[in-house]
Amino acid sequence: MQSFSWLTTIGLVPLVGAVVLMLLPAAKTEWAKRLALFFSAVPLLLVIGMAFQFDADSTAEFQFVESYSWIPTFGISYQVGVDGISLILIALSAILVPLVILAGWNDADDSIGSVKGYFALFLVLETFMIGVFAATDVFLFYVFFEAMLIPVYFLIGRYGGPGRQYAAVKFLIYSLVGGLLMLVALIGLYVASANELGQGTFDFTTLTNLNIDPGTQKLLFLGFFIAFAIKAPLFPFHTWLPDAASASTPGTAVLLVGVLDKVGTFGMLKLCLPIFPAASVFYAPVIITLSVIGIIYGALLAVGQTDLKRLIAYTSISHFGFIVLGIFAMTTLAQSGSTFYMLTHGFSTGALFLIVGFLMTRRGSRLVKDYGGVYRVAPVLAGLFLIAGLSSLALPGMASFISEFLVLVGTFEKYTVAAVIATTGIVFAALYILLMYQRTMTGPVIDSCKKMTDIKGREAIAVIPMLVLLVALGVYPKPALDVINPAVERVMVQVGVTDPVPELLPEDESSPETAESTGEGSTAP
Amino acid sequence: MNLTNTLTSLLGSGTIEASNIDPSVNLPVAASGIFSFMWLLLALPLLGAALLLLLGKRADKWGPIFAVLMIVGAFVVGCFLYFAMLAESANDRPVNLHIWDWVIVGNFQAPLGMQLDQLSMVFVLLITGVGGLIHIYSLGYMKNDPDKRKFFGYLNFFIAAMLLLVTADSYLLLYVGWEGVGLASYLLVGFWQYKPAAAVAAKKAFIMNRVGDVGLSIAIMMMFVTFGSVTFPGVLEAAPGASESTATWIGFALLLAACGKSAQLPLQAWLLDAMEGPTPVSALIHAATMVTAGVYLIVRSGPIFDNAPAARDAVMIVGAATLIFGAIIGSAKDGIKDVLAGSTMSQVGYMILAAGLGPIGYVFAIFHLLTHGMFKANLFLGAGSIMHSMHDQLDMRRFGALRKVMFFTFITFSSGWLAIMGVPPFSAFYSKDKIIEASFSVNFWAGAAALVGAGITSFYMTRLWTMTFTGKARWTENNQHPHESPKIMLIPMGIMGILSLIAGFVLAGAIETWLAPVTGFEKGELPISNLLLESISLTFVLVGGAIAYLQYRRGVPITPPQHVSALTVAARDELYGDAFNEAVFMRPGQWLTRSLVFVDSRAIDGMVNGTAAAVGGLSGRMRRLQTGFARSYALSMLAGAVLLIIALILVRM
Repeated sequence: MQSFSWLTTIGLVPLVGAVVLMLLPAAKTEWAKRLALFFSAVPLLLVIGMAFQFDADSTAEFQFVESYSWIPTFGISYQVGVDGISLILIALSAILVPLVILAGWNDADDSIGSVKGYFALFLVLETFMIGVFAATDVFLFYVFFEAMLIPVYFLIGRYGGPGRQYAAVKFLIYSLVGGLLMLVALIGLYVASANELGQGTFDFTTLTNLNIDPGTQKLLFLGFFIAFAIKAPLFPFHTWLPDAASASTPGTAVLLVGVLDKVGTFGMLKLCLPIFPAASVFYAPVIITLSVIGIIYGALLAVGQTDLKRLIAYTSISHFGFIVLGIFAMTTLAQSGSTFYMLTHGFSTGALFLIVGFLMTRRGSRLVKDYGGVYRVAPVLAGLFLIAGLSSLALPGMASFISEFLVLVGTFEKYTVAAVIATTGIVFAALYILLMYQRTMTGPVIDSCKKMTDIKGREAIAVIPMLVLLVALGVYPKPALDVINPAVERVMVQVGVTDPVPELLPEDESSPETAESTGEGSTAP
Repeated sequence: MNLTNTLTSLLGSGTIEASNIDPSVNLPVAASGIFSFMWLLLALPLLGAALLLLLGKRADKWGPIFAVLMIVGAFVVGCFLYFAMLAESANDRPVNLHIWDWVIVGNFQAPLGMQLDQLSMVFVLLITGVGGLIHIYSLGYMKNDPDKRKFFGYLNFFIAAMLLLVTADSYLLLYVGWEGVGLASYLLVGFWQYKPAAAVAAKKAFIMNRVGDVGLSIAIMMMFVTFGSVTFPGVLEAAPGASESTATWIGFALLLAACGKSAQLPLQAWLLDAMEGPTPVSALIHAATMVTAGVYLIVRSGPIFDNAPAARDAVMIVGAATLIFGAIIGSAKDGIKDVLAGSTMSQVGYMILAAGLGPIGYVFAIFHLLTHGMFKANLFLGAGSIMHSMHDQLDMRRFGALRKVMFFTFITFSSGWLAIMGVPPFSAFYSKDKIIEASFSVNFWAGAAALVGAGITSFYMTRLWTMTFTGKARWTENNQHPHESPKIMLIPMGIMGILSLIAGFVLAGAIETWLAPVTGFEKGELPISNLLLESISLTFVLVGGAIAYLQYRRGVPITPPQHVSALTVAARDELYGDAFNEAVFMRPGQWLTRSLVFVDSRAIDGMVNGTAAAVGGLSGRMRRLQTGFARSYALSMLAGAVLLIIALILVRM
């Protein structure tokens, strides 16, 4: 494994691609697009290769570890590695970037910025995304975390649609506030580690083994958590997202909501919980309350939207409520569900944003009222839109159902009321998706949609893989769950929580013939 | 009539323990031999759906025939499985086929597996048998529809999902079939999407079903938390150990799920709108199979309800109330499909009522489910035949005298009409009477509801039959010239007509023996003799029918009379089910979402922006940042890094 630096290579290829793109003459737009696709396809192939090398049953916390001293004075090192959770998210990033490039082939043609710049920014962003998920040094994580803002800021601010300036600045300020809080907490964490060990460190594994006193934990936790809650975004820190998502190009929106926001939930799961276990347990009830509010609130707002992109953004706020809920419910089921949810949400929301993008290229509007009867003129497009929508509403049989159900059942084990309220979210999910579909796709074809064309080959290639993955993982989720479970179980151990035991323990799961004696354990009063 | 007394002594009665089946003899064994091929039940229709929907226009030519063949194939597989099962002794019949590991996380173990036992088996035969006939019928009915291929693709998908629902070996996998049929129903109700009414009806059905699905989700969660399992053997064997309160909660959650899928009060309002779908869909999904899934769920979960008397009573009450509710709606509607939809609601109410009686009623719930599946599909196909020949005319006030022009349809429809009324020896005479008897043995009011319901059923069906087939023609010869439907529709109708006649006495008695090992069976004690009760219920049927015939035989005015009783007005408006939903959920909901949109953009966003401004004067900075932002950002990053380094140095000192 040491023979090949998988993670560094995967991270560097897009960056090299970005440099190559910037060296191209501005007029060679077609070449820029092709090169961008190439430089995003290579990391995908590498990630697939790495995934096959990944040993799900390994006892090591991280695999493909690379470690180089960076600023030894402060115990900072360039240190990367993956566990099941980060592998899933790196795979998500590596899959989405080429699809987004393909789908957004012509999105930058008429913008104020250069075409090559647009695609170079995607590639730079990919480098940072892979970096942030792979970092096992908290300082390195912070660097990538903050660095991601730069390409996204330009992607929104230069290449977005109406309102892009406002949205970009709003996005940045929210993120900066979070980043500053995290910075303060990071310093505090360093101090705490120095106090305990004599020598400060940012090494993740070392930090998880510290015994920071609960009072300090609670303060430091907040610094990290708020940064992540803004990024995720968790109610009530969410208001930047609809603006940012609706003002940006569909491709940017996919990466923003599909991957970037996951850094927030990833951080909660992989940093907040293991490093601040006592504080996590302490704040869990509050965070669970916020999550449940977010689930219902986001869904109700989605129902009330008149703008397709804002609508999808609000559905994501609801979905992020589920993810955060699962993380802080602190059961194996809920956290596995949350991790899987990060993946499935990336695909279903990604597909929805891209399809709305296809609609916008045809009709030039993102308002619901400007569409009607589209299924008659563009049946395949409408069909794909419906499938993506069904995934978003977590239709059983699709992967998103498994993730959502695991979150719910895992939450139910500990927080019954929260889980029951969250479950009502499935009604609202059906409402916002089917209402949107009904209003845009069904009914008589309205005049302005009569000339709309159906989906083209390139667009189909960009969307269909996500939908195929959603169905395939819904029927056979084992490859993903097998990777996720050991990592989540490790987090559970780090936090020091265990799963509740079922009221009536099932008898030994041996062969059916021997299970005769079940059904007599009348334990409940 | 009662061939079942022997079984009663065999299984005992009265106490819950006695009615429970000994788990050691009823655990499904691993499938072998022919049973290891039962995955074909799912694979064939799924293949049909996949090819028809994915190949697009390329499958236009052969698609519909291919879809029919897939279902016929599934029926043949079903028959083979049935005979193989018949050859086994009663306790060895349940088999399990593990396909692959599905959702396995920690101690949560839901395999992808099929369980075939006596209960699933009858469903498999009903679904593929009636489904196959309706597929064939649709070849004629949808002949000229430009999207015929898509229709058959959806129909195949429905069969696959419905078969999954009844052969899943865990509640979680059942859920996949459960929402799968919901999706098929959504696609098929909204099949003519260009009609706004169809699109709205499809959405309404799905969303109301989702309300029920909240119940199913919660039930599964409670099962896992209580029993540590979501598989049927895992849950049902351990069920007697659960506390009464737990079992009751699970029972109520399951009832909610059943209400959604089976259009029972209070989640009934979607079924009449669902009639917007093509009529074969109404026959298959909204009469014979999908709407009965709630009955399956409750009967399957018997051991839970054994332990939850309050939930069981609730099931009984919901069934009794809905059977009257649906029957009243059916009595006032003028659209032929609306009457049949109200009737379906009512007949499913009978089944739910029977399922709410416990082991006394389970087998009769399934018995009636089977006969209803045949006679109601028959009636819908007959209605479809009429619509087909009359340019989709639905209004019975425009029918009349169709006996003369559509004699074959008249014959098959009459068989269904006699069957649903319970005229001996037609099928519901056996199944419905059993439910009335069983209800009286448990609760007088439940029995009374079932009895009165039989009278009303007879009334509305005779009204329908009289208005449609007898009297003078109220259609006009020039634009609507009714004629008999093509053979491809008539043959399935003929078979259904025969089944409506014979299903009752073929199955009577046998069904108890067949199902008892799975569902349990107890004989209820009646205060009066069976014969007397049968005579009473037959009197109700005759009186109801006679009133309707006398009232409608001279024809009806083409426009509905306005000076009618308050009950008629209410019944025409579906007893205000929609009005209630609109007033209680829709309008407040709309108000809520609108206010929240306002609150989110003004208050929450404003608050966060405001706080930010108050804390750091950010709104001022925002303006500055908008110009030359990159520089400022680089600066703040730099400032951050410097800050960090300084802090670190300080710490080290």
